[in-house]
Amino acid sequence: MISKRRTEAQIEPAMENEAGQLHMFQRGMMTGIPIMLGYLPIAVTFGVLAKQAGMSLTELTLMSLLVFAGAAQFMGTNMIAVGTGALEIIIATFVLNFRHFVMSLSFMNQLRGIALKWKLPMSLGLTDETFAVSALHSEEARKENGAFYYIGIIIVAYLSWVLGSLLGGILGEIIPERLSQSMGIALYAMFIGLLVPSVKKNLRIGLIAIIAMLINAICVQLGLSTGWAIVIGTVLGGMSGIYLFKENEQ
Amino acid sequence: MTNLLIIIGMSIVTMVPRIIPAFVVEKLQFRPWINRWLSAIPYAALGALIFPGIMTVIPEEPMVGIIGGVVAIILASFGLNVVLVVIGAILTVFLFTV
Repeated sequence: MISKRRTEAQIEPAMENEAGQLHMFQRGMMTGIPIMLGYLPIAVTFGVLAKQAGMSLTELTLMSLLVFAGAAQFMGTNMIAVGTGALEIIIATFVLNFRHFVMSLSFMNQLRGIALKWKLPMSLGLTDETFAVSALHSEEARKENGAFYYIGIIIVAYLSWVLGSLLGGILGEIIPERLSQSMGIALYAMFIGLLVPSVKKNLRIGLIAIIAMLINAICVQLGLSTGWAIVIGTVLGGMSGIYLFKENEQ
Repeated sequence: MTNLLIIIGMSIVTMVPRIIPAFVVEKLQFRPWINRWLSAIPYAALGALIFPGIMTVIPEEPMVGIIGGVVAIILASFGLNVVLVVIGAILTVFLFTV
């Protein structure tokens, strides 16, 4: 009797835990839907262009699977098309994607308390978009099974990206050009849709974003590459938070 | 073959900067000012990602991106869900590219 009781007691929380994990995962997937909306047309376009650049279907899908970074993949494909050397393409990719190092530092600092085995796949799934959505839902990190929430966001984004590329490679231009061009606004609108509610709560957040925008714009004017301009805008713009966040200590 | 090499190279130089913080941050305790800096990074990143990139949505017509952005700001300030903000902005740009 005693032993039976013990097993029941062990099973119950385990099942509850599983249900809780699934619940968080599903909520994360719902939160990731705007990313899907933004990624699909871009991924399809990538598939089409990569095919035209002479990459095979396997190669372009593999690139989306292994690199998972939109801007870098477009750049890489262009460089392959014009016959740039491998080393040059790889260095340019590093420069363009270095901004993720800064974002990952911020994200991982938010995820303290989540086990390393979860943080590793989460860091690999970090893009501008998954970072933006995750970082603005930082309260989930402190909830039970919070890791599953972020994994849900990342899975939706990753699958949209990889399957979208594959579709573009197989079917070609399935989205009419005018529509896919209009959908280019999607990710910017998502960033705005994430930023505005935070700014409404704390105007200083808006000031930080504007400072970063201006620094980025100045860097672009000075002739820096997009990659470095975003890194510098983010790092220096974020620095204003050292002063601006002083009072509402988080 | 060269393409495969390029893809693997691109993958490594993208993965390493993403994954290093996962190992490093665990071992460090940051001073409060660094924590404030890091907690401001998402907002700064959003700013830097939005502008001036938004002007390149229709490369020849930077104003179309700006108008789409303004519509997104208005919809978002009404408290609309992000999905609706995105759809509203897409429709706006679609109408402006007729």
